[in-house]
Amino acid sequence: MIYLTRKCEFSASHYYHNPDWPDERNRQVFGKCANLNGHGHNYTLEVTVKGDVDPVTGFVVDLKELKDILNREVVDAMDHRHLNKEVPEFSSKIPTTENIAIAIWQRLAEKLNVAKLHRVRLYEMPDLFVDFYGEA
Amino acid sequence: MKAYLTRRYILSASHRLHADPLSDEQNNATYGKCNNPHGHGHNYAMEVTVSGQVSAETGMVCNLVDLDEDVRHTVLERFDHQNLNMLADFAALVPTTENLTEVIYNILKQSFHSAHLEKVRVEETSKNSFEYAGGAELRH
Repeated sequence: MIYLTRKCEFSASHYYHNPDWPDERNRQVFGKCANLNGHGHNYTLEVTVKGDVDPVTGFVVDLKELKDILNREVVDAMDHRHLNKEVPEFSSKIPTTENIAIAIWQRLAEKLNVAKLHRVRLYEMPDLFVDFYGEA
Repeated sequence: MKAYLTRRYILSASHRLHADPLSDEQNNATYGKCNNPHGHGHNYAMEVTVSGQVSAETGMVCNLVDLDEDVRHTVLERFDHQNLNMLADFAALVPTTENLTEVIYNILKQSFHSAHLEKVRVEETSKNSFEYAGGAELRH
């Protein structure tokens, strides 16, 4: 079994707001992230897939194919977008790094049939990242 | 759903590697430049990984403000800009980064309860790093 990691970047804006809470509680829990005008990050995404090496091609996965799926499912959908307003998953979920990582996993897991998804690692900042392994 | 959140912190400290049971020659042979009696320092980069269910209310494993505050109070204020050899934690323990990593893990295990502490990873320099998960195998 070989693990292969592909990296990509996207820049997006978001805010944290739970509509079931009064404004004061949103500010208390989410701090600066609760500003409804939004703010942005340069996200770095690392997607790790695993599989056996094909004896003919020597590949776990065709990187071009993986790149195309990442671009279509993640970069085209999220780069230079407002996550709360333009990405359907976040009309009902807060676009925290945790939830974005889960949404990316779900998008990729449906499309990846060439190798098995192992981990989604999403950096919001160089000093903050979330790992998701598809665990319930 | 279960997610793993990692936060990175920097702390600067000095240390000297010297084991009392060993002779000066043995210490010098074992630790080399790190045995310099005057000590030396590093900018340690520390990564703390916590895990848990992502809350439906907040979308978070835990509130980052709580983690930052706990790490600042229990770890950074204790070790940042200190001489590790002078601290009680290392009175009977050589302040190698192996031992520092384990000490930090044990401190956070005691103090932080908002999520499960998975592991602590400490980079002594950009070329070497150490990880401790309370004795458990690491997840990659």
